[in-house]
Amino acid sequence: MSYQIHIDGFVAIYIFMVTAFAGWVIIGRVPAILHTPLMSGSNFVHGIVVVGGLFTLLNASAPLEQVIGFFAVLLGAGNVAGGFAVTQRMLAMFKSSGQGAPHAAHGAKHAKSAKHAASAAVKPINPKKK
Amino acid sequence: MLISISQLVIGSVDLIAAFLLMFGLWRMASPVTAPSGILVAGVGMLAAVGASFLYVFTVGAAAKTHLPLNIGLAVAALLIGAGVAWWSGRKVAITAMPQAVALFNGMGGGAAGAIAAVELFGNAGHGATQLIVTLLGALIGSISLSGSVIAWAKLDSLLKKPVNVPGLQWLNGLVLMSGVLVGVYMVYAAAGGATPVVAMPHLIEIFFGIALLYGILMTLPIGGADMPVVISVYNAFTGLAVGLEGFVLQNPALMIAGMLVGAAGLLLTQLMAQAMNRSIVKILFSSFGPGAKRKQGAIKGSLKPVQASDAGIFMRYAKSVIIVPGYGLAVSQGQGKLYDFVKLLRAAGVSVKFAIHPVAGRMPGQMDVLLAEAGVPYDLIVQLADVNEEFKDADVALVIGANDVVNPEARTDKTSPIYGMPILNADQAKKCYVVKRGDGKGYAGIVNPLFYADNTFMVYGDAAAVCTSMTEAVRGLGAPAAAA
Repeated sequence: MSYQIHIDGFVAIYIFMVTAFAGWVIIGRVPAILHTPLMSGSNFVHGIVVVGGLFTLLNASAPLEQVIGFFAVLLGAGNVAGGFAVTQRMLAMFKSSGQGAPHAAHGAKHAKSAKHAASAAVKPINPKKK
Repeated sequence: MLISISQLVIGSVDLIAAFLLMFGLWRMASPVTAPSGILVAGVGMLAAVGASFLYVFTVGAAAKTHLPLNIGLAVAALLIGAGVAWWSGRKVAITAMPQAVALFNGMGGGAAGAIAAVELFGNAGHGATQLIVTLLGALIGSISLSGSVIAWAKLDSLLKKPVNVPGLQWLNGLVLMSGVLVGVYMVYAAAGGATPVVAMPHLIEIFFGIALLYGILMTLPIGGADMPVVISVYNAFTGLAVGLEGFVLQNPALMIAGMLVGAAGLLLTQLMAQAMNRSIVKILFSSFGPGAKRKQGAIKGSLKPVQASDAGIFMRYAKSVIIVPGYGLAVSQGQGKLYDFVKLLRAAGVSVKFAIHPVAGRMPGQMDVLLAEAGVPYDLIVQLADVNEEFKDADVALVIGANDVVNPEARTDKTSPIYGMPILNADQAKKCYVVKRGDGKGYAGIVNPLFYADNTFMVYGDAAAVCTSMTEAVRGLGAPAAAA
């Protein structure tokens, strides 16, 4: 018995059609707030190309094929690992009001702050509270 | 027997992987389930990569002798590629996310292109359909590779200005046409229609050269404000290329995952184009901005600068404040400082919301991520459609480092390049503070009448520094939490 996969003509088009539809529906549900992680996440998903790269490299039978195949796997692996790392980092930062302590923000330290404080603190208050 | 078992295992694992990848994306519909979604997808990916080493048992006779070397190469490539990318993905600053995504996306496109190259050079005796699909995938993948690299360079400020040579569009069209023609000729020659004038391997090289060149040329003229759309387009391109090469390799997991991303990218691109009221075609094939020819209408009013501390204290005694963050906030890394200020306001009983425009920043949703990094809970962050009605009831609109997305010209001035783009109605708030580094124009290069409005006051300075002085001014009032 053979488990060789064989996809031809119309079958391929059917697969593409159904998947495109599924993709459209799946992504349509995602709120705008998650669009960056979503893009990064879908970027990770097409990293599956590394599997194709591995297939190609393992089947390579000439030096040129081996070299190009090597780069296919190299780039594909970069796509997968980078996409995952970036997406996971971003998603870990989303917290609702009820959830734990906020992450420390990284960024430049501000040495100027003391000067600003001195000038600001003595300003007269001008309350316009309604 | 061993071949059958390997094929069975690979087929099953890939099937599960394809499901997990889809399910992972499905779970990304809410911030609550999204972190587990990416983990689910990660498990699927890991399984698929692991199973693909079983291909070792299925290789043809020609590759058998090369197998030990090939396995070594595969392991090395996996370790190096994944290692470097993982390390840089962990290390990259949140503000640099768009570049990172562009670069990783380009890698995927490059991988798809490389697979196509091996197929073409190996010339495994495929039929015309296979060849056409391979070429199409090669074309799209290569464009995605070189285009993403240019996009990365632009976002990383290595390339500062959009290149805009007159006639570039014609040149681009010509380059693309010649690429397609070379492809058609290759198919014709392979079908035995003609003996190629140039040897086949050279034709393949020329084909890839043209495709890569086109990716560069296509991306060069696209300006800053359109960058989010470009990244999204290339994401879709890579997905498509992967899907097509999946067909060539007879691997349904690649077909499904690739096409899924292709559709997703297309939808995202469309959403963004809608948010800017520009067609995708216009964004990709015409450069942004009208040049200097358009006469700016006379703008009434003047710019009224105020001290950051005054603005801060005014907001402390306001009832409701809506903050409009833009790319300037990302540049100054001021998100943490801003949230410190917001925490003070909230402790004093001020209602604070963040209003996000769909194309604020250099990537769709970049502002959301930036605020999330600072620890802003996502229920304070609202999107354009949900918040726009609230501006007219708000005491203060605080615009930080944003410009075009609050330009009222988009509503009124038909000649404006951003006419028709939905904007955040910051001008309708009772008072508007605009934090800016200088009088500069936005990425669209247009003067913003909002800045000259009677109820608008300018706070000049770096966003982070301004937030710090606002915070200190409010702290200087003493125990705000107790007063509220």
